Amino acid sequence: MKIVSYAIAAGLAVASFTTTASAADITGAGATFPFPIYAKWAEAYNKETSNRLNYQSIGSSGGIRQIRAKTVDFGATDAPLKGEELQKDGFVQFPAVMGGVVAVYNVQGVSAGQLKLTGEVLADIFNGKISKWNDAKIAQANQGVTLPNASITPVYRSDGSGTTSVFTTYLSQVSETWKSGPGVGASVQWPVGQGGKGNEGVAALVKQVPNSIGYVEYAYAKQNSIPFAQLQNKNGKFVSPEAKTFQAAAANADWKSAPGYGISLTNQAGDEAWPITAPTFILVPKNPEKPEQVAEALKFFDWSFKNGDKMAVELDYVPLPAQLKDQVRATWKSEIKNASGQPVFTQ
Amino acid sequence: MVALSQERLVSSAAAPARRSPPPSFDRLFRLASLASALLVLIVLLGIIGSMIYGGLPAFREFGFGFITSSVWNVNEDQYGAWVAIVGTLTTALIALVIGVPLSLGIAIFLTQLCPPWLKRPVATTIELLAAVPSIIYGMWGLFVFAPLFANYVQIPVSNIVEGMPIIGTILYARTPSGVGILTAGIILAIMIIPFIASIARDILDQIPSVLRESAYGIGCTTWEVVRNVLLPQAGVSIIGAIMLGLGRALGETMAVTFVVGNANRLSGSLFDPGSTIASRIANEFNEAIGLQLNALMALGCILFLVTFTVLVLARLLVSRVKVG
Amino acid sequence: MDTALQHRTATEPTTAPAPWGRVRRSRHVADRALKIICTLFTILGAFFLGWILLMLIVEGIGGLSPAVFTETTPGPGSQGGGIANAIVGSLILTVLGIVVATPVGVLAGTYLAEYGKSSKLAEVIRFVNDILLAAPSILIGLFVYMLMVQPMGGYSGWAGGVALAIIAVPVIVRTTEDMLRLVPGSLREAGAALGAPMSTVIIKISWKAARAGMVTGVLLATARIAGETAPLLFTALNNNFWFNPNLMGGVANLPVMIYQFALSPYENWRELAWAGALIITMSILALSIVARLLLRKDKVR
Repeated sequence: MKIVSYAIAAGLAVASFTTTASAADITGAGATFPFPIYAKWAEAYNKETSNRLNYQSIGSSGGIRQIRAKTVDFGATDAPLKGEELQKDGFVQFPAVMGGVVAVYNVQGVSAGQLKLTGEVLADIFNGKISKWNDAKIAQANQGVTLPNASITPVYRSDGSGTTSVFTTYLSQVSETWKSGPGVGASVQWPVGQGGKGNEGVAALVKQVPNSIGYVEYAYAKQNSIPFAQLQNKNGKFVSPEAKTFQAAAANADWKSAPGYGISLTNQAGDEAWPITAPTFILVPKNPEKPEQVAEALKFFDWSFKNGDKMAVELDYVPLPAQLKDQVRATWKSEIKNASGQPVFTQ
Repeated sequence: MVALSQERLVSSAAAPARRSPPPSFDRLFRLASLASALLVLIVLLGIIGSMIYGGLPAFREFGFGFITSSVWNVNEDQYGAWVAIVGTLTTALIALVIGVPLSLGIAIFLTQLCPPWLKRPVATTIELLAAVPSIIYGMWGLFVFAPLFANYVQIPVSNIVEGMPIIGTILYARTPSGVGILTAGIILAIMIIPFIASIARDILDQIPSVLRESAYGIGCTTWEVVRNVLLPQAGVSIIGAIMLGLGRALGETMAVTFVVGNANRLSGSLFDPGSTIASRIANEFNEAIGLQLNALMALGCILFLVTFTVLVLARLLVSRVKVG
Repeated sequence: MDTALQHRTATEPTTAPAPWGRVRRSRHVADRALKIICTLFTILGAFFLGWILLMLIVEGIGGLSPAVFTETTPGPGSQGGGIANAIVGSLILTVLGIVVATPVGVLAGTYLAEYGKSSKLAEVIRFVNDILLAAPSILIGLFVYMLMVQPMGGYSGWAGGVALAIIAVPVIVRTTEDMLRLVPGSLREAGAALGAPMSTVIIKISWKAARAGMVTGVLLATARIAGETAPLLFTALNNNFWFNPNLMGGVANLPVMIYQFALSPYENWRELAWAGALIITMSILALSIVARLLLRKDKVR
């Protein structure tokens, strides 16, 4: 009896807490790479329109699975789907924002920005071939920095991750041993180290475990004040991750060269280019079963394109160039249609 | 017996009693009870069925090799359960090796050595260890225990055993971060203490005190009473209690996921990260599709089989013990 | 006899007997060792519990504030916010689980104690119940995922509630059966002698007599499911805002929220995770203590 009345009371409490039914609820899931900026956009969007975006950052592979299973309105992934996959699943893919992956570390006596790494050294660290911080190969690029005689703990993603995809794409481009070893993928066979869940998990582990090194999207390093390394880019220059270097990498992107805008921006030429830059993508069904929900999701991204640039730059993401945004909107209008052939996005 | 014959008398009575419910309600009630009881059975069969159904494609694809293969490559859709199985069994074994002596010691303390006024608070304290949610154990393990373990155990021990033959592999930490198979085993040990201790305590309490007292009567010390009278008498049931603890350790998810390090590879060292079946499923399920999903279900199948066997053995060895 | 004794005492040295009497030293050492080790182990057990509680209090108290109970989860790194949606969500999921589990559990336990007794079917069901009681909760989450989440096309509070119910039922079945078994048969026979049918005997006599124990069972089941994380990972997932009143889509809940926030690098999220951990642990411990107090009143030992 008591239990039943408590249940009723709880139900009433919930009903009284929820806002009016006219506010839309959008659900999305996927990449942890853009989560900080999506969360900021969602907060601002909610303030202005009282529509809610519930984004579960469960990793790119999780996002792909959820949108395939139709359990969310849109999926988010850093690893773009190929043309055939897009055809098969009936998705439309478009970029939302760009960012950079950085190598974060926690080494006694080496402060933020002091550590310089080349692509090959980075690959060898994660491959297990370089196992101590004061190894000659690391010291070579870091004259004047005292590196401790300690074992390196690499930290990688334990879940299927677009960030891993981007990172391993870069490692394969700069290291033959990596290419023929673990290779490229959202989830690879890491020879050494331990796994953390999501960009958040890796950031948290690196912060906590001494003498560790991991890879995270730049916003995670910045927001949590974790030291990150300079990397040597294709032109041989050591650059620091920041909006300027990300933009330099994205400057010569040919967005039409892959279906669904699915290009890669790693290891781009340019003196100022950050070597591990990447766009992150959104997946929506071409002919959605719930067109109103997808319409709301597209409205959110449209709003973010119009109003979210400043917030993106604050977190050191790179907003899409205006021309690209128009192209994306045209794609929405021409490709996402409801059951009666009308475009879902009508702005 | 009596009630049944009364039932027949009632239904054949000419005028039913004023407040007696109609016989149809009685039948309905009995039916509802039977249905609820059968529901329990159906749920278990459902769980087994869904595990097998989900895991079958993986078993068919890899055959028996699924169990012995240590590959887990998502890109190439090659899966093998060996790493997870070894991790599960190793952590559970460590948990037993550490937890069983602790539990038995506590049970002996509570039944033989504890003054009466102390019994209830101490018993409650130990039982409260079981009430702490497993995620809290995980947090404690990762944020409090792991750093201490790394600094005070892993690094010194690694320095000592470096280069030695067998021990040099088992106890050497290449990346001393505090998490790993051994840490997971230790946390599991603490988690299973309340289960084994409370069952062992019940078993020891149930031994007729005349046996104890006659042993004391001929001058045995407490240790001799425990060793020569109580433990042999409890014998098989204690093994059952241990198996119950083992079942718990095999299936524990959250605490292990925090501290086992999530590495999909086999390693010779206890200090290295690894993974267990439960932690693997927890980590990868929400993003798995196709064969990976089937492989995870197949892992769940294997876990269920192992836990089922252990629980059946436990059930046969120990007569029903109190819950909670 | 007397002479032998006198003879012996005459030839023994006249030093005082050893403190352990005429027992062989090694026996005494072994006995001492046992006592010390057992006491040490017990202190160790209590020490771990104290350490964990201390950790929760130290880390969690700082994050507690009225806002924790009234505001929803904030974005990463944003100021303010609370975990109200997680707390309410957990309450709802737990209540849902118990509401579903109690009728099934009580009726099943009643069947086992009153109707089935020692029949073959009852033995099998008891056995199955014991297995379910100790089954890994993550497998139950997988089962409910296949049963409800996939067909329904999404995460939902209903699936979460059902998963929790499946975990709670065996606990309630066991305690109900155990408590009903303790009711003396003479009470039942008295009822039957007055002409009451089985259902009335059970409802008005057995249940009434075992009431306290059955309530304890429900409380223990509640304590057990309130802290479960694994089954909710695949059924109710989580939600960063207030969830839908119809419980479709993710439902915020404390365990999964703690799991996500504790492993994140954001300070405000970690503070909230500790606060949530403190709240949930204290609630469960309080519930367990209350349940055990009730149980002890009832125990026939």
